[in-house]
Amino acid sequence: MTSVWSQVVGQEPAVEALRTAASAAAALVAGEPDPHGGMTHAWLFTGPPGSGRSVAARTFAAALQCSTGTGCGGCSGCRTAVAGTHADVRLVVPEGLSISVSEMRSLVQAAARRPTTGEWQVVIIEDADRLTEGASNALLKAVEEPPDRTVFLLCAPSDHPEDVSVTIRSRCRLVTLRTPPPEAIARVLAERDGVDESTANWAASVCGGHVGRARRLATDEAARSRRDAVLRIPLGLRRPGDVFTCADELIKTAESDAADESKARDEAEAEELRTAMGSGGTGKGVAAAKRSADAAVKQLEKRQKSRATRTQRDTLDLALIDLAGFYRDVLVTSSGAGAALNHPDFAEQSREAAREWTPASTLRRLEAVLECRDAITWNVKPRIAVEAMVTTLREG
Amino acid sequence: MPLQSMSPWQDLGVTASSAAPAPLHLVLGDEELLVDRAVHAAVGAARAVDETAELTRVKVSDLTPPELAELVSPSLFSEGRVIVLEQAQDIGQELADAVLAYLKDPAGGVTLVVVHSGGGRSKAAKSLPTTLKKAGAEVTECAKITKPAEREAFVRAEVKRAGGRIDAAGVSALVDAVGSDLRELSSAATQLVADSGGKVDEEAVRRYHRGKADVTGFLVAEKAVGGDRAAALETLRWAQQIGVPHVLIADALADAVRTVARVSAAGRGNPNQLAGELGMPPWKIRKAQGQTRGWNAAGLAAAMRTVARVNAEVKGAAADPDYALERAVLDVVGAKQSR
Repeated sequence: MTSVWSQVVGQEPAVEALRTAASAAAALVAGEPDPHGGMTHAWLFTGPPGSGRSVAARTFAAALQCSTGTGCGGCSGCRTAVAGTHADVRLVVPEGLSISVSEMRSLVQAAARRPTTGEWQVVIIEDADRLTEGASNALLKAVEEPPDRTVFLLCAPSDHPEDVSVTIRSRCRLVTLRTPPPEAIARVLAERDGVDESTANWAASVCGGHVGRARRLATDEAARSRRDAVLRIPLGLRRPGDVFTCADELIKTAESDAADESKARDEAEAEELRTAMGSGGTGKGVAAAKRSADAAVKQLEKRQKSRATRTQRDTLDLALIDLAGFYRDVLVTSSGAGAALNHPDFAEQSREAAREWTPASTLRRLEAVLECRDAITWNVKPRIAVEAMVTTLREG
Repeated sequence: MPLQSMSPWQDLGVTASSAAPAPLHLVLGDEELLVDRAVHAAVGAARAVDETAELTRVKVSDLTPPELAELVSPSLFSEGRVIVLEQAQDIGQELADAVLAYLKDPAGGVTLVVVHSGGGRSKAAKSLPTTLKKAGAEVTECAKITKPAEREAFVRAEVKRAGGRIDAAGVSALVDAVGSDLRELSSAATQLVADSGGKVDEEAVRRYHRGKADVTGFLVAEKAVGGDRAAALETLRWAQQIGVPHVLIADALADAVRTVARVSAAGRGNPNQLAGELGMPPWKIRKAQGQTRGWNAAGLAAAMRTVARVNAEVKGAAADPDYALERAVLDVVGAKQSR
């Protein structure tokens, strides 16, 4: 049986530290001292998007719950923790735009309990950068002095470590993950997902170090064609009208992506909730029950809307990152540097663009893309932000 | 004028003065002032017959069929009673059945007034107005007044009610200054008649009312895209004065600029044919084609960046959204003039 650590792709230094911590934790459980302080009560996993922060956190949780204390990958503690079903591993995976304070308060209460089946009570907060200010304050006390056997694992993208408030940051031990090298990504795609070698190599070379994105590109035809469409934009802006066609396409893709996901889940969730609240019943007291059921469904719809907005933004953000990568490639090409390209399969286009544009105008375009990303986090209507960006892309 | 004779508020007085009050009234619509007046008229009619007539107002959501039966059951001396069922659009099937059962056998001296918005969710609520009409209800239509012409007719009728006269210029000046809220229009009209001694004209309106009550983001955007700096700033200030949300102004500005950019990118053409291609209604294209004059590609690009910037600024990126909007309007006007 392969150890759980094999899931963490290309992060040898971080894995080493976590392994030590896990064995120190096992020693603590056995009643031995931990003189080197290998284990601690709060960890902050940071790294670029796609580097596997949450995977690393889950793996660490598995190692803590492992009956052998090493993360063997075979015992029930390992398997359930990795699958996210372990009773003592609490996962907070925000699907909406932010994590609310009430969610955190209930989490803090749950975290104060002693572990039931395993040896440690583990709380994983994915996307800790999405904690609202109130929520991170609610968490503060618990992270500072948790009960003996409780461990907090927070994950946050490293390009914004400031997004996690400094009071929380200072109470955690930092685990920095790096951008995994393409070879490691290609290997894991080939081994774990059974992708053929050439596709795996291609996907690893164009994913920008994002493991999940590489897997998506390798396995999903629609994702590949969307990427192609996005990367054709820079050289496809000939006539003034093209600005709107391209912007429209970017927005529509994001919207349809969000719509696909909501279609698949929203109705089923609402139906499930209605059933749980006893809809369709007859007899006394039905009206009152129906009212509270309606209120619950309304709340669910609110959450679903937040989720759809997030999907839409995430899809758009992926496209913008691809675009920014292309302009970076153009700059790399025109400067004659030998650095690896983000989109090696579009090398010819970036050469053509490098011949046509001055570096200054390429830089202006790159700036426009980054500004658009900023604007979207400011809640600017995506259509307005994207159209302004594409206008600049055309002008230079 | 045919419009006036058809207006719902015209015949209210007639209802109030008719000798025998109708036992069943249906007040249909959701223009609050008119609904209130219709209910008052019905009560007045009942009191004209029996001065001691008792008034009961009750929301249908608070009412059960037995309670309704109690309200409308015949009394010993058949004293006058007016029962107003409010928000009948929320009525349930059981209560609707109870109302219909009562209508088959109405009690003497009882006036039933049903106030219904015209909408409704349940089948019983939707079909209630038709059933009541069939049962011979006296119907008063109180639909929301949306068209400018209707609003002007309303003002004219209000002035007449108060015993004065108003000319066309006065009407439009008053609507401009007071806005579209009927209560305010009505009280302003009454006040003006009292102040000016019966004859209301534009000058009289101007003496008591200044400024603009209805400014939307679209108006600001139209002036800005049209390149009229002074007018754009003036409307923007009015909009800020009356509290149009910043976000709405910013959105309207963005929409106007992108419409012009889009239409000018599509080139000259028949609006009806372009409509499908651009996904806009033909009238919008026709209007934008008029506005494209004086815009060049560079100016439009600058304007699009400006509106994208101000969109972020009004959502918290700027310390002072008022200033951000003003600057954006100036920038858009400037982008048009830089050739």
